[in-house]
Amino acid sequence: MALNKLNISLLVKGVQLTLLAVLFSNTLSATEFEFSGKLVIEQRQYFNEAQYSHQFDNGQSSAVIEPEFYWSFNDGVDSLTFKPFYRIDNQDDNRQHGDIRELAYVHAADEWELRLGIRKEFWGVTEFQHLVDVINQTDGVEDFDGEDKLGQQMINLSLVKDWGIVDVFLLPGFRERTYAGEQGRLRSSIVVDKDNVQYESSAGQEHLDFAIRWAHSIGDFDLGTYWFHGTNREAILAPTLQRGELVLQQYYNQMDQLGLDVQATLGDWLWKVEAVYRHTSAENYVASQAGFEYSFIGILDTNIDLGLLIEYAWDSRGVVDLTEVEFGKSGSTFQNDVFFGARLAFNDMQSSEVLMGIGTDLDHSAHSFLLEGNRRFGDNFKASIDIRLLQSSDSIEPAYALRNDDHAQLSVEWYF
Amino acid sequence: MLNKKFTLNVLSAFALTLVTNAVFALTPAEQTGLNISIEAKKRDIGWQDSSADMLMLLRNKQGQESIREIKIKSLEVLNDGDKSLTIFNKPRDVKGTAFLSFSHPVAADDQWLFLPALKRVKRISSRNKSGPFMGSEFAFEDLSSFEVDKYSYKYLNDEEVNGVMSFKVEQYPVDENSGYTRRIVWLDKLEYRAQKIDFYDRKDSLLKTLSFTDYKQYLGQYWRADVQSMVNHQNGKSTELRWSNYQFKTNLKDSDFNRNSLKRAR
Repeated sequence: MALNKLNISLLVKGVQLTLLAVLFSNTLSATEFEFSGKLVIEQRQYFNEAQYSHQFDNGQSSAVIEPEFYWSFNDGVDSLTFKPFYRIDNQDDNRQHGDIRELAYVHAADEWELRLGIRKEFWGVTEFQHLVDVINQTDGVEDFDGEDKLGQQMINLSLVKDWGIVDVFLLPGFRERTYAGEQGRLRSSIVVDKDNVQYESSAGQEHLDFAIRWAHSIGDFDLGTYWFHGTNREAILAPTLQRGELVLQQYYNQMDQLGLDVQATLGDWLWKVEAVYRHTSAENYVASQAGFEYSFIGILDTNIDLGLLIEYAWDSRGVVDLTEVEFGKSGSTFQNDVFFGARLAFNDMQSSEVLMGIGTDLDHSAHSFLLEGNRRFGDNFKASIDIRLLQSSDSIEPAYALRNDDHAQLSVEWYF
Repeated sequence: MLNKKFTLNVLSAFALTLVTNAVFALTPAEQTGLNISIEAKKRDIGWQDSSADMLMLLRNKQGQESIREIKIKSLEVLNDGDKSLTIFNKPRDVKGTAFLSFSHPVAADDQWLFLPALKRVKRISSRNKSGPFMGSEFAFEDLSSFEVDKYSYKYLNDEEVNGVMSFKVEQYPVDENSGYTRRIVWLDKLEYRAQKIDFYDRKDSLLKTLSFTDYKQYLGQYWRADVQSMVNHQNGKSTELRWSNYQFKTNLKDSDFNRNSLKRAR
């Protein structure tokens, strides 16, 4: 159950890239070393009994270790970062997994930067959906919000110009998304098969993906736009019979995607737009997430800040019945959805914070609610409480499959 | 229509006179206050760039302590506000978080925050000048660079503070988002270094006092206090800043203050 085959080949590739990089930087002088990381203990409690057979009921206990090793040479011009990750889980075999979040060498010159190895790259400005964020694969078993990502092997050249920063990415090797196992919660009625993964490209997982992005800040505006060519990070899940069992088989097609993200920071207002145009052999579509965030500073004569967020999601594919969709096409979850959020920052010694979000589909019945609260204890501990509720009475909604998976989670993190 | 336009012209001409009067017709006390502040700024020009480590000691009424460990790199920008990169090391849960700021004397600052867990760079609103920095008794505006245009001034009198004779000058923030109605600053007559600052809140009551001690001179010109101690008179909390490893003219460039350097800051 430890490192699977993919992880090993990934490790080998990462080490190759990194060694190559270290060879390039001929003089390694004045090495500085830093060791840090975190250890997390997590308890989830599901409020309802499982909807599907083989799923567990009640509680799920889990622990994570994520150390970080960092070396810097030549006065910080060259650096090497290694950040492995491992989670143990008492209920879901798929959730017990390891990854190399980072194993990368970075060389920083004045006008350019070269980054080699396994890394994470985030793009985007909105909060409730990350449409334009496309480089890393989602580590789906980690959490509900899809913000956890698998390390991606890359060669990234970043050029700093007066007219913005241009990033060129070569992405050798593709990571398959992680999904809950048979015993796991937060999955649909049919389990996703980890094996027998199909690709549109004959190169399969070895397809060399490419991306180029321009980002710049002009006055109050932060702009970013990119073109991505390669393997779609979102799998099409097709029900098939494997070893006499009905499973969802992962199929990854090729895509070309144009993305745009803009934020205008105007006083207390943050205005945000993300948009993508995606082309695959089966379909073309446009999707967008747009909204604003407004901050009240020091409410009621205290140090507490209140941020209010509203975002709207639109998708040109409209309402898609996933049970009847033509093969190769994918449905959209957020085609006419609105999200409301409130964030309270207490600005106290413990950096206490509460975040609340509500999402609702304007076309049919699907609602989600989340509440997150966290606070520091002492200098090295942090505790978080998360509550997630999902409700739907419409069988074509993805939330319908998860309607029994309301849960609360308590986690304690120790930073070292 | 014509009439209306004429009235507007007269009005704006009148307004212009008011503004110019406001600029030029300073009282002697205002002029002296301004001159002292210009001189203080003048003596601190030309350092080009600096870096330093800051230890922040937060203390509440009960005497409980909490530590922040921060590194700050600054780039002097002539005729505009400075650029700065703030890197957090402690508390450990925010290690790797970094904050990039392009400050402007009067216009809103441009600020970006890097969140290492998500590898996300977020442009943030700089309106929150009055809010606490990292839960301390320092507001964001207390830590930003001093620019003459940020205040209007009034010289009050000479007074001895920390054993040195000082100019006592009242400063009124120009920015309406400031958390203060005024600050009273004591600058020693010898070197024009801030010795003490009293902060008055929006209701004009005394909120905080900042004291500067252990001044050291760098490159034979620039004075920096090793210790800055802020006491909040209203909530009984205090925060002490201890500075170390001050370095100047280390060849920092514009390229050390962009999105890329923010992402790899250590």
